[in-house]
Amino acid sequence: MMWLAGTLVIWLAAWALNARIAASDWARTKAGRAFVPVLFGVTLLVVWEGLVRGLQVQPVILPPPSMIAAKIAGSLPILWQDFAQTVLKGALPGFVIGCGAAVVTAIAIDRSPFLQRGLLPIGNFVAALPIVGLAPILVMWFGFDWQSKAAVVVVMVFFPVLVNMVAGLQASERMQRDLMATWGASYWQALWKLRLPAAMPFLFNGLKIASTLALIGAIVAEFFGSPIYGMGFRISTEVGRLGLDMVWATIAVAALAGSALYGLITLIERGVTFWHPSQRH
Amino acid sequence: MSVRGTPLPVLTVLCGIIVIWYAAAVWMNATWVYDQAERAGTSVTFAEMVPQTMAQARPLLPPPHQVAAELWKGVAGQAVTSKRSLVYHGYVTFKGTMMGFGLGIAFGVLLAMSIVRFRVMDMSVMPWAIISQTIPIVALAPMILVVSNQMGISGRDVPKAIIAAYLSFFPVLVSMVKGLRSPDQMQLDLLRTYGASEGATFLKLRLPASMPYFFASLKVAIAASLIGTIVGELPTGAIEGLGARMLIGSQFGEPLIMWGALFAAAILAGLLILGVGFLERFAKARMGVPA
Repeated sequence: MMWLAGTLVIWLAAWALNARIAASDWARTKAGRAFVPVLFGVTLLVVWEGLVRGLQVQPVILPPPSMIAAKIAGSLPILWQDFAQTVLKGALPGFVIGCGAAVVTAIAIDRSPFLQRGLLPIGNFVAALPIVGLAPILVMWFGFDWQSKAAVVVVMVFFPVLVNMVAGLQASERMQRDLMATWGASYWQALWKLRLPAAMPFLFNGLKIASTLALIGAIVAEFFGSPIYGMGFRISTEVGRLGLDMVWATIAVAALAGSALYGLITLIERGVTFWHPSQRH
Repeated sequence: MSVRGTPLPVLTVLCGIIVIWYAAAVWMNATWVYDQAERAGTSVTFAEMVPQTMAQARPLLPPPHQVAAELWKGVAGQAVTSKRSLVYHGYVTFKGTMMGFGLGIAFGVLLAMSIVRFRVMDMSVMPWAIISQTIPIVALAPMILVVSNQMGISGRDVPKAIIAAYLSFFPVLVSMVKGLRSPDQMQLDLLRTYGASEGATFLKLRLPASMPYFFASLKVAIAASLIGTIVGELPTGAIEGLGARMLIGSQFGEPLIMWGALFAAAILAGLLILGVGFLERFAKARMGVPA
């Protein structure tokens, strides 16, 4: 009962504090904007811990955050090995190859409106398909190690990036293109100086979608066969033996990796598309 | 951005894909033919090899006509209730997708409403909603299945719907927040001069204004929901649904089952997107939006 009552009090107090901050002038400062969500996140963890202890939930259903944190601290080498296998060897190379191929393809078909009109509807359709389904086939082709994971990621990220990049290359305005023409710019000069920069907001949009897809692809592919390490392997085996603290530890690593990748892309975007209205505050 | 006009470019690209597919099938399946020939102590010429790559029982890459035949067998060759019918498995996946879709829409819309209404919700929840999408949900999928099992929820419908809803709520949330905020200050001021209550402003201005955004997000949401459902069918012990068919094909080394299920999923995705598009047109017509 103590745990439940304490949890409730802390939750209400934190929520009241957040509401006050949101209503005050502090909400307009950078610190205030950062503080409110952080407090919300911390409160969630506290409520989780309190509820699990107060209601005496079995650890095989939901372990408390403290137990997960202890597990993370105690099994860093395993987590690192899994991370290296799935993210560094599987997701990242696949992401780079897939996005690179998509950008090159978009530029290659840029000069042919015919190919664009043919590829764009198909690309749009394929981007909406459950491509994860290719995972078992690619695992069969490329074996159990990281090559098959990277291949799944390549296929998964290719179409969203392609569709965005093709749209981006058409984003510059008629007036701007005419201006380039009056300056006597060649196709490549116009591409390099006008149309590629204009395409960047679209490209980064695609890259952000692709960054989450990359991790999904790498992890799902491991459900279909993997060496005896890797995040997908760890999750499926630990679930089998009800080691849910290890599962949550791996999920925490996956969440961290996903957010870090997303954050990194956002940072690069801020630098590259500093001129875009969405980046000016 | 839709490109209207002749379907010629699309057909050309499709033909190109099929040609490349056949070439790849010959190239990838050739190894097996040569191996067989070597074992039998004979040799095959190129002209003999090509037909043999077209009709293997377990090809590395089945050529299009084999996949089409497998699809036809799965759709028309079985009773619809048979466990081997792709219609049956497709229906199981469809059911899961719709449940997750409905759940995702409800959650996304409710969250968007409270975010637009309460500033503190906007500041504390919105960043976490974005972060939630960078977490690979599939990592959670096997665990959601096990946990819901232990909590006494039998069947896989509920866990599948949760996974699908997790993926599909986000596009709805983002679009609805945008849409509910889309009325400009003039319109809001006008309603204030009418003395409209907050509820009336919501019902008569904000909600109608958000509809185009809402329908635009549905197409993304339904595709995400289908992906979530299939991923929810993949891990450990599923026997029903297109995702489970893929897993079975993978475990028993039957590539044709995998390809059949994959294309059935693609067709299902196409139908779902068409359905949502139809719904959108219908709603627009009812609301009097000029086409």
